[in-house]
Amino acid sequence: MSEDNAIVKILICQGTGGISAGAKQVEEEFTRQIAEKGIVAQIGKRCDVVKTGCRGLCANDVLVDVITPELGRVTYDFVVPEDVAGILDQHIVANEVIEKKKAKAYYNTFVDQQMRVVMTGCGQIDPEKLSAYLEEDGFKAIEKCVKQMKPADVIDEVKKSGLRGRGGGGFPTGMKWSFCAASPGHHKYLICNADEGDPGAFMDRSILEGDPYCIIEGMMIAAYAIGATGGYVYVRAEYPLAIDRLQKALDVCYAKGYLGKNIQGWGFDFDLRIKKGAGAFVCGEETALMASIEGERGMPRPRPPFPAVKGLWGFPTNINNVETFANVRHIINKGHEWYAALGTDTTKGTKIFAVTGKVKHTGLVEVPAGMSVRDVIYKVCGGIANNRKFKAVQAGGPSGGCIPAEVLDTPVDYDSLIKAGAMMGSGGLVVMDETTCMVDVARFFLTFTKMESCGKCVPCRIGLKAMLDILERITEGRGEMADIDTLLEMGATIKKASLCGLGQTAPNPILSTVKYFRHEYEAHILDKRCPSNSCKELLLWQVVPEKCVKCGACLRACPSNAIKWEKGEIAELIKENCTKCKSCYDACRFMAIE
Amino acid sequence: MSNAPAEEIPAEEVDLTEANEVIDKYLTLPGNLMPVLQGIQDAYGFVPKPTIDLVAERLNVYPSQIYGVLTFYAQFHLKPRGRYIIRVCVGTACHVQGAERITETFFGRLGIGHAETTEDLRYTFEKVACLGACGMAPLAMVNDDTYGKMTVQKVDEIIETYNQRPMK
Repeated sequence: MSEDNAIVKILICQGTGGISAGAKQVEEEFTRQIAEKGIVAQIGKRCDVVKTGCRGLCANDVLVDVITPELGRVTYDFVVPEDVAGILDQHIVANEVIEKKKAKAYYNTFVDQQMRVVMTGCGQIDPEKLSAYLEEDGFKAIEKCVKQMKPADVIDEVKKSGLRGRGGGGFPTGMKWSFCAASPGHHKYLICNADEGDPGAFMDRSILEGDPYCIIEGMMIAAYAIGATGGYVYVRAEYPLAIDRLQKALDVCYAKGYLGKNIQGWGFDFDLRIKKGAGAFVCGEETALMASIEGERGMPRPRPPFPAVKGLWGFPTNINNVETFANVRHIINKGHEWYAALGTDTTKGTKIFAVTGKVKHTGLVEVPAGMSVRDVIYKVCGGIANNRKFKAVQAGGPSGGCIPAEVLDTPVDYDSLIKAGAMMGSGGLVVMDETTCMVDVARFFLTFTKMESCGKCVPCRIGLKAMLDILERITEGRGEMADIDTLLEMGATIKKASLCGLGQTAPNPILSTVKYFRHEYEAHILDKRCPSNSCKELLLWQVVPEKCVKCGACLRACPSNAIKWEKGEIAELIKENCTKCKSCYDACRFMAIE
Repeated sequence: MSNAPAEEIPAEEVDLTEANEVIDKYLTLPGNLMPVLQGIQDAYGFVPKPTIDLVAERLNVYPSQIYGVLTFYAQFHLKPRGRYIIRVCVGTACHVQGAERITETFFGRLGIGHAETTEDLRYTFEKVACLGACGMAPLAMVNDDTYGKMTVQKVDEIIETYNQRPMK
């Protein structure tokens, strides 16, 4: 590592977010110009362009870190190919930071407020290079396990660390492993659940894209602990880049003897392969996932028998989520005491959240469990965009619930979130401001779960449809007061009677919005008004003169000539031209359109 | 749903060489039905009916079982798809940022609904849950190109651009 001090490194974020923003072009430009300008000869040092995984602040991609011996690490945001020449000439050759392009203070706040354990590698190392992972103590943890620990010791270590499943349920990981380890039989399977279906959550994808080897190592440790010899990583087909990077990592591991028979001569076998999903949310449920691997329709099976007893093809099987596996090597390397010291009494370690919606800095943040929701949104992510007022944050995706302003100080751990009526879920936090209608949000999630219901059990298949019908009626202004009670009653029944996690949690978004935002439901039903001016059918489509500041933003946003505005005049909405697309409504920062 | 019943699929002549190659590759793998179908779809762009009969015979499963799998998963297609696949993200983040007007505008401009293909086979339109670039919401993709911070105006620009592209 010593020669590292003498080289220049250019780190370019190339997760899905980075690539969408044009990271590939930026990388090509760097590589081209470094050769063309003869940068290496000019500065007399090696100059490496490293493509890294996601580093979290996706809203400001393309992010480029330049590390030079003279200036240390400097981050530039919103980099486009045109900026490349400047960065090379001014920063790298002349040793002068380009202040104008440098990421502003918020970037440091965003990074400093976090605690990166699982995501240490993401955004720092080249995910396609085994050597980069080995430099970060890669495969040291599995070596320690195999050479110094018995399988039971490994399970014990994980148990003592207090690690709980990061997929949402929060079941203690060590305990889960011990069930499978205790099952009789020599043939056992290990599955990594990377079917991250919650819209708005993308931490698993980022880990797979940014640090695939850490998942492989985590799975090797689990396989050693429970005695599994075969494993699958079930990845959503919507994540082509993650599949690609993981496949490359698997190929390298086989070639270098980190997977297969007698790994590294340690006398331990483990085979691992990718199973590509095909677009079914319910496959995130463990029994449905196994049915899918077996090549069937991905429908859940009743439990018991539990997978630990009778799972994939009838053999004992253990399933954990990506983030869970990513934690494992750190626990082994640093010891359970270190891990258990992080977080709260009931939730140990860190948790990654995907913070999206109407927040200033959309992205992935990893914080110690127990930080308050308020701090995650305001301290780390910079608060609400466009100076609007915070209304609620939706935690846990389609299975979760809303956290309103009153309980914003809830710490982010499994039990506190459930108490607040939400859940950790996979860790998606969708921030909503005063323009988001909570009835519409409930309707949105229910549309999703209804569509994704596999249809096997009646409460979920028919119940969700019936609830959605009611919600649609309410958002269209045809609701009745009795509907609210019907929703609550049906929700409770569906939760109790459904076969799998999808149905058991699908009513949550409704139950929690009724609990905290009953007045919004009532306004839709009684006044035929949407208090957030979000439900199209209930909008008046007019400008409120008292609120209009005559800025003309609505005119620029309108695609159909339905706004009349002159400089210094109050805007006017021409109803005949209006297509009700709500572009003007979203563009107006003063809530002057209703 | 895009997945029409079997009768509607034209039983045109399909070259089964590639399908056979895919089956050869996965023949001994346990749970090979989905990888085989995914491979066939990659090769043909959709799953043509004659390949279903072939898979049924060679893997020794009932065609009904294959249809069960094909219609269960959103990513299998029983009909030819457009040259340009337009995907609009309707995940939570995009939804709260106004994805609905983007989908509605595409519907209006192209005259097709979710998971449908234009008659000239130029466009297929799909609403998808979370493409994973929430920072750029609302988001649209055409084949592999991403368009972030979508507006109604940008929908027209995209259609204009792709109307000029070759159909090959």
